[in-house]
Amino acid sequence: MAGERRYIGRRIKRKEDLRLLTGRGLYVDDIHLPGMVYAAFLRSAYAHARIKSIDTSRAEKLPGVLGVFTGEYFKDKVAPLMTAWALTNADLKPIKWPVVAYEKTRFTGDIVAVVVAEDPYTAYDALEAIEVEYEPLPVVVDVEEAVKPGAPQIHDEAPGNVAFHWKFRGGRDFEEVAAEADLVVKKRLINQRLIPAAMEPRAAVASYNPGTEELTVWVTSQNPHVHRLIMAGSLGIPEHKLRVIAPDVGGGFGSKIQVYPGEVIVARLAMDLGRPVKWVETRRENFLGTIHGRDHVDYVEVAAKKTGEVLGVRVRTLANMGAYLGTAAPGVPTILFGLMLAGPYKIKSVDVEVKGVLTNTTPVDAYRGAGRPEATYILERMLDVLARRLGMDPADVRRVNMIEEAPYEAVTGLLYDSGKYREVFEKALKLAEYYRWREVQSEERKRGRLIGVGIASYIEMSGLAPSRIARATGFGLGLWESVLIRVHPTGKVSVYTGSHPHGQGEETSFAQIVADALGVSIDDVEVVHGDTEQTPFGMGTYGSRTTPVGGSAVYKAAVRIREKARKIAAALLEAREEDIEFSEGRFYVKGSPEKSVTFQDVALAAYTAEKLPPDLEPGLEAVVFYDPENFTFPYGTHVAVVEVDPATFKVKILKYLAVDDAGVIINPLLAEGQVHGGVVQGIAQALYEYAVYDESGNLLTAGFNDYMIPTALDVPDVESHFVETPAPHNPIGAKGIGETGTIAATPAVVNAVLDALAHLGVEHIDMPLTPYNIWKALKESGVLAKLGKGR
Amino acid sequence: MYPASFQVFIPASLEEALELLAKYGEEAKVLAGGHSLIPLMRLRLAKPKYVIYLGKVPGLSYIREENGTIRIGAMTTHGEIAASSLLKARNPLLSETASRIGDLQVRNMGTIGGSIAHADPAADYPAALQALEAQLVVRSVEGERVVGIDDFILGPYLTDLQPNELIVEVRVPSLTGAFGTAYEKLNFRAGDFAIVGVAALVQLSPDGSKFEKVRVGLTGVSDKPVRARGVEEALEGAEAGEEAIAEAAEKAKEGLNPPSDIRASSEYRLEMTVALTRRALEKALARARDKVA
Repeated sequence: MAGERRYIGRRIKRKEDLRLLTGRGLYVDDIHLPGMVYAAFLRSAYAHARIKSIDTSRAEKLPGVLGVFTGEYFKDKVAPLMTAWALTNADLKPIKWPVVAYEKTRFTGDIVAVVVAEDPYTAYDALEAIEVEYEPLPVVVDVEEAVKPGAPQIHDEAPGNVAFHWKFRGGRDFEEVAAEADLVVKKRLINQRLIPAAMEPRAAVASYNPGTEELTVWVTSQNPHVHRLIMAGSLGIPEHKLRVIAPDVGGGFGSKIQVYPGEVIVARLAMDLGRPVKWVETRRENFLGTIHGRDHVDYVEVAAKKTGEVLGVRVRTLANMGAYLGTAAPGVPTILFGLMLAGPYKIKSVDVEVKGVLTNTTPVDAYRGAGRPEATYILERMLDVLARRLGMDPADVRRVNMIEEAPYEAVTGLLYDSGKYREVFEKALKLAEYYRWREVQSEERKRGRLIGVGIASYIEMSGLAPSRIARATGFGLGLWESVLIRVHPTGKVSVYTGSHPHGQGEETSFAQIVADALGVSIDDVEVVHGDTEQTPFGMGTYGSRTTPVGGSAVYKAAVRIREKARKIAAALLEAREEDIEFSEGRFYVKGSPEKSVTFQDVALAAYTAEKLPPDLEPGLEAVVFYDPENFTFPYGTHVAVVEVDPATFKVKILKYLAVDDAGVIINPLLAEGQVHGGVVQGIAQALYEYAVYDESGNLLTAGFNDYMIPTALDVPDVESHFVETPAPHNPIGAKGIGETGTIAATPAVVNAVLDALAHLGVEHIDMPLTPYNIWKALKESGVLAKLGKGR
Repeated sequence: MYPASFQVFIPASLEEALELLAKYGEEAKVLAGGHSLIPLMRLRLAKPKYVIYLGKVPGLSYIREENGTIRIGAMTTHGEIAASSLLKARNPLLSETASRIGDLQVRNMGTIGGSIAHADPAADYPAALQALEAQLVVRSVEGERVVGIDDFILGPYLTDLQPNELIVEVRVPSLTGAFGTAYEKLNFRAGDFAIVGVAALVQLSPDGSKFEKVRVGLTGVSDKPVRARGVEEALEGAEAGEEAIAEAAEKAKEGLNPPSDIRASSEYRLEMTVALTRRALEKALARARDKVA
């Protein structure tokens, strides 16, 4: 990136902090409109049932109830929701998600009836007065059961419950490399279901003006323009008459990409009732009705030489998609998973098939990392298993296979952009004192302490994405990003981005980029996002794309403004444009720095417009739509050291260290925050979190009490280091840091725990590695008896 | 989450609170710190018609020693119990237990009376109260009675408390001599209820050679908190030492039938009861030995 760096690379506190940390943010639930009424949803009492009848009469009579609306009311008024990532060449079935169920419910989050009342308390009273007669149908929640012959059928459109079947082959034939291998390691690995549980639950407020025929919807969204496009289609209203505003959003982790029934319902009812309608989901609804993540069963084969060299990987995956296909869901366990199965390694064959399977559970969609954690878990877990079988140190197995550096064309066809994979790996081991911990481990083992060291090296495709590739996979739109930068006459700058940060801090990092490019103070730059009437069409914030894609658009737009400003400066200074230099916010004539104008002078001149060159329009703004040439490929190595209590099997993380290369780091403070949060979420999957259904399809972990999200007291200090190899194809060199922690931490911690138990002959235990799950696995394999009473 | 409609009373005196209970007891719930009742009401699992809030009733929050007994007002918070210098000196088991309840916010709001009345089978206090053979003072408009903890908690969320009664005080002994105590709690996540909780009290002979008195209270492993009487009997009178503890701890699981749930099986809880009993007793023994002159 050319130009002076006064802000980029510095630890600058968030501009957002003043309002967010002092309680002055504006979230959807903070929207109060005159005459506003409240919606509440009755969700299905059964995970799979035919609706025989719904009696709403008692509920309708309650004072303060405006109406009760069922699937019959909505079915001809609102088109069902469908996925926006209709995979090509995967026999994808057209699965329809009615916003309110009619005839049939397919999971316990399905909405059966909607109450609108003058206040939320009355609305919830009325829900209890609705009588629904169901005919329960057989239920299937388990992905392996769902594909068996005779399993309950969830959608007529998907016989055998298979919503899609995606296949990918990269490099040599797997059978061929397996024939050359000394051993083929096989495992069935489970990547359990997780629940995003953002701090702010989902919510929507809709208001309709019959005079202008304009509908405004405030909604918790990571991508307001995508919300508008899909909602306009579902509601059958013109896109330009719908304004979607995602104000401050309290976390998403992917769960607020999806366009859900809730926002479509309140939008329709606001139009029909002529009053603004608000809905804020309860925490229980958030667990039941907002998308879940992961949930794979992976059958894995790794073909390797005795040297540890991995020749090929074959994976057969059953991906639990839940009851419907979410907005981005089909792409997650396929494109974002299968194409990552070579990792940062010189693997010669990747052979993957994924069946997207429907079950009577909450739909599964993109959750922080989305496919890449699942792929990384497979590779990193299998490399450790391979190391044990070969009697090698897990570090050495990685050394044998790791790509030296990029650019590198992986066997999957992806062009890894830039990086020093081996160097970063060795750096992480050195900083973590890997070999010293190995000594500690063997010393302490003599005293009965169970200490383990785990490594995870990863690469991920981020910066989604070149539109031509996104489209080729069946993605419904391009994956570029947009910005409008407007310089006001006083030289203050507004940046209207199509991204929609919701906690990540791009109001600050984008301002850093603009302030450096224009030589202005960061205090003079305001980043605006979330309102479709203010910002150009944009794709939103997810997949660690905001900085590499959105930030690149911002940079290019800022440069375009600087170039126009240079022309204006030349006119003001009566010099030739090519003689104008720019430094520290001033334009001056080459060789005579005393002849200068400030950026602010130029901004004013752009609007007074009397001294503009004849070919130049007044005003000073730029719109850029930036479509990346390639994905970005952040990579790195994380090391975890754990101790397992030999009596209770509770795991304590003694050390956690991350070395990540996410290209140019715009703001190390924010980037570290992303690593810390991501690592904690990765640890959560390794040790704590698991969404559990009973056989009837009831979610047993439908609240914070039962669904174990770790607290600050449960997680270690995370030591974060960066190596900066700029992304070569985008102008700011950033690769994206939002998901690296989530991707690496899970296998690093699981590998460490199993390393602590390895000498007992334990090869693998499925996540989460709670004390009980470890105990149970040891008990079932007879290891517990070996530990004896001496423990 | 929106509770069903209810009416709130905020009595200004204990007498007024008891009168309200006498009048509305059957349909009323008492609100103290709110950490058990409010979540249930928000989920509409509890729909009391009346809520009687004790926050403005004076004189229910205290910790004082009288004639070898420590008296604790029912509205005393977990935080106050954890921080009490009197308890730390004369009954550290209760303050240690209180320090392991929930998180800071819970400890600052939750009360000992509320916790006991709620009788969650995995709550922390009852293990200690069992080991301490605590007495509860219960009052109604009809008068006052004193009940032992063992007779008070009858089952999961079930107590001997009558609809018109209020817990007003908890009594535990002021410990002297060569005593040591410890609370060992296993949970999978900080701040959670116990998977298994073991409270141990060890009283040594003056020379430290023998276990004079041993009390072990267990929580999370039965439908109500219980004492591990087999362990106590095996140790009392025995030579004080880790070997005796290791052997006796095996008896902690006798007669127990712990619950199985999504977190852990009954069998795991049984094994952990033994492991934690051993740890709690070892710790209590070490602390008692520190007191032997």
